[in-house]
Amino acid sequence: MYDAESSMTVTVLLFASYADALGTASLDVELPHRATVADIVAAVRARAGSARIPAVPLVAVNCQYAGGDRVVQEGDEIALIPPVAGG
Amino acid sequence: MTPLAELVRRPIDPLALIQRVATPANGAVILFLGAVRQVNEGRAVTGIDYAAYEGMAASELESIVNDGVTRFGTSDIAVEHRLGELAVEDISVAIAVGHPHRDAAYALSRWVIEELKRRVPIWKREHYADGTREWVDPTGRSDAQAVT
Repeated sequence: MYDAESSMTVTVLLFASYADALGTASLDVELPHRATVADIVAAVRARAGSARIPAVPLVAVNCQYAGGDRVVQEGDEIALIPPVAGG
Repeated sequence: MTPLAELVRRPIDPLALIQRVATPANGAVILFLGAVRQVNEGRAVTGIDYAAYEGMAASELESIVNDGVTRFGTSDIAVEHRLGELAVEDISVAIAVGHPHRDAAYALSRWVIEELKRRVPIWKREHYADGTREWVDPTGRSDAQAVT
């Protein structure tokens, strides 16, 4: 556990095959302040059922695609984006 | 007319989109329709659920259309993508574009659908004749391989 001063909780949205795999459409993840997108992905991939989530999935922060080194803040909307299949 | 980019949960009306982009300036009007087909990778398909990260899908679609306006020099672009449960032959996406000249109109129409497929967070779950349902992964990784 992190102490309250240095940790934050972010909510991660899951969709389609990722939501089915983890059995939920959103997860709360506790992370240190200044955590990155890659840290969030690693935390999600530690959960049961996450085998189908690749090491470097598409991720959006506040509805925009973001790279693994993007630093996130409490309150950001984080989403793991399965391979898109519109059209 | 101002460009249109919308996610809808009702049947798409292609004529309404054509009417938006057909103007006296446009010598070329192109309509692309994507529809649910009855076979995918050899399996009989009976329908598709389309799901989206709706806030982001709406903003990505709008961004594509706005980029198209800048790149191709026409504001006559109208795109609708349907969400929800569709049957075979239902229209899932419609792209109507108008431009003074056909070369640019064809290029713009093609560019919009390719960008949509590349970056708009929409997913489809196919329903098969044998009663099973699977999320489609265009990157080629099947559920059978991915779920361990």
